Amino acid sequence: MKTFKLGGVHPEENKLSAGAVVETLPLPEKVCIPVSQSLGAPSKVVVEKGELVKTGQLIAKGESFISSNVHASVSGKVVKIDEVIDASGYRRQAVFIDVIGDEWVENIDRTPALVSEITATKDDIVKKINEMGIVGLGGATFPSHIKLMVPEGKKAQYLLINGVECEPYLTSDHRLMLERGNEMLVGIKILMKGLDVTKAYIGIERNKPDAIDHLRNLCKDFQGIEVVELKVKYPQGGEKQLIKAVTGREVPSGKLPIEVGCVVNNVGTALAVYEVVQKNKPLIDRIVTVTGKSLQKPSNLLVRIGTPISSLIDFAGGLPENTGKVINGGPMMGKALTSLEVPVVKGTSGILIMSEQESVRVPVSNCIRCARCISVCPMGLEPVLLAQLAENQGFEQAEKEHIMDCIECGSCHFTCPAGRPLLDYLRLGKNKVGFIIRTRGK
Amino acid sequence: MSMLTVSGSPHVHGHQNVKSIMYGVVVAMLPAIFVSIYFFGLDAARVFFVSIAACLFFEWSIQKYLLKGPLTINDGSALVTGVLLAFNVPSSLPVWMIVVGALVSIGIAKMSFGGLGKNPFNPALVGRVFLLISFPVQMTSWPLPKALFNSAVTDAITGPTTLGILKEGISAGKTVQELMLSPNFPGYLNDFIGAQAGSMGEISAIALLLGAAYMFLRKIITWHIPVAYIGSAVVFSGILWLVDPTQFIDPLMHLLAGGMILGVFYMATDMVSSPMSPKGQIVFGVGAGLLTIMIRVWGAYPEGVSFAILIMNAFTPLINKAFKPARFGENVPVKK
Repeated sequence: MKTFKLGGVHPEENKLSAGAVVETLPLPEKVCIPVSQSLGAPSKVVVEKGELVKTGQLIAKGESFISSNVHASVSGKVVKIDEVIDASGYRRQAVFIDVIGDEWVENIDRTPALVSEITATKDDIVKKINEMGIVGLGGATFPSHIKLMVPEGKKAQYLLINGVECEPYLTSDHRLMLERGNEMLVGIKILMKGLDVTKAYIGIERNKPDAIDHLRNLCKDFQGIEVVELKVKYPQGGEKQLIKAVTGREVPSGKLPIEVGCVVNNVGTALAVYEVVQKNKPLIDRIVTVTGKSLQKPSNLLVRIGTPISSLIDFAGGLPENTGKVINGGPMMGKALTSLEVPVVKGTSGILIMSEQESVRVPVSNCIRCARCISVCPMGLEPVLLAQLAENQGFEQAEKEHIMDCIECGSCHFTCPAGRPLLDYLRLGKNKVGFIIRTRGK
Repeated sequence: MSMLTVSGSPHVHGHQNVKSIMYGVVVAMLPAIFVSIYFFGLDAARVFFVSIAACLFFEWSIQKYLLKGPLTINDGSALVTGVLLAFNVPSSLPVWMIVVGALVSIGIAKMSFGGLGKNPFNPALVGRVFLLISFPVQMTSWPLPKALFNSAVTDAITGPTTLGILKEGISAGKTVQELMLSPNFPGYLNDFIGAQAGSMGEISAIALLLGAAYMFLRKIITWHIPVAYIGSAVVFSGILWLVDPTQFIDPLMHLLAGGMILGVFYMATDMVSSPMSPKGQIVFGVGAGLLTIMIRVWGAYPEGVSFAILIMNAFTPLINKAFKPARFGENVPVKK
């Protein structure tokens, strides 16, 4: 069974909503669409207060190389353009729209018919993905068109599709593979054409046997796409770990996957690419898992971007009495939210509700130097040493010890028997070291 | 609405904690505890009781009155030290000496550095070596175990350990084979089961291996240190044995006699005082194996396990610096 070699942990999977068919969340009354929804520079708002917009209309334009367009996810009236605290906890500019009806931009094909013939040229594909605001839907929200623009001197050999979903609780990718398989596979074909590669692998962990079987069946009609069954191990969905697991190649420190001839995209991104290229539909909705042990009805919902997460929770049975934490994402890498009015953005893969009891961190005691953090680190780092350096402000040394290689998967803190908040210190260290690197030589 | 809790990820935690590790080690030591009580009788129970009570007391009182930190007596580490210290002394040791050993183990080797996790040396071994050097007579008077399946208690009589017989005999000019045939020599089977004179916890290889297997299954210890330690000891002693089997003990006897198994699985693997990376742990194990055989063959003492581990403990910080774990993407094979 294929997997990555170094480190890794196996948290309880808790895929409560794995059997829940994707339901379409009814349109909210209001949406709030942050205009910086990708890794990179914020986009510039191109609508004005009071303006009527249609679903799918451009409302913010990406102006620098790494940034992306944002579209209206509903039709209605722009009531204000103001700051909002988004899921990352920062204030960001956002467009607030009061929903009126559901009128779409005319050239969007809203029929469910599968369009499998790809007529777009390579350049069209890249251009469309850029215009329609596709970003990596796995969570990192890296603008997708950039991944298709292979730098000179490099050659893409394989396209890797990430259907690992190694985060506990989350099932949105799982349901997507089961319910939207054919569309996703056409999307993969489009990405292959855009990249000029003949081979694509879909990596799926073996705890989703139905998805593996289903896609293997569908793949018979799609030349060059192969499903790779992977052992269940966190963080296999990490880009570098997935490449290692599937191809055996290791991306060097500080380099991108293209260095080893690979490009990685999430299954959600592949579906979005299908909708953009074949249906002309910009990225205005996505599948979000709403889950938690105390939640009445853990669900997978098709949600318009900008919907407040409180609507999703209400649909899933309402916020339980004993809620302690609400997390945007999974329990290993997700961010705890400060408010339920935070809007769903392109990178929102799940909302996890944790009870007060589950929300308490384990007590911290002395490090017993058991080295479990080292043995589980998928990047082969020494979290105990890096945390110590960060705590004592030894940032220069932390850089030499490769702190910037940390992917913040949280395996170290998860496994630490003394409950030490290793990742908290590593994040602090990465932040400071990143600043030192950026200001060096200036 | 009530306030939401906010903290950094991860939001879930694994099941192992310091307590579960420490009490896991205690469970692993139970078979050896039973064996020593079986062979050495109530005397052994007395030593266990005094050693554990004294270790817990010193941990508690030093934490409360000197360090004034949160009480750590429940974390199980002082209990582990108490049992290990008892494992490392003969069952006839006077009570006050055990208490002194506990004071050195907990007070000097552990708490003076700041408590659990801060000690550079294994506390129980520091206590044992202190006692061995201070009270050599009492620490090397070994009560003979009562014969297997024979209820006659013989704890009044003392005799030399397996390694003691061999060391003394070889330096007196006898061959290993002559010594092994002598009537008071326990032999392989008795050494394996535990019917031999020696420190309380080291006598029975089978009981210790049983506990070690439990620790492997619970993932409390990894294979690196034990395999490297035993491997290097076997290879080194094997070479000597092949050179001259009349003057050097065979590798199997080296393993079964003395404190090798106890040291390898229960003390060299002590997380606090051993290296962190797998490579470092292998270096540590190899070093300890070589030192153990060197001390046993050429040193003044018949037994070398405790000195070997303590010496390697001193090298741990250096090993940690020199042998880093393999990083992801560090040695990328160039493929075209």
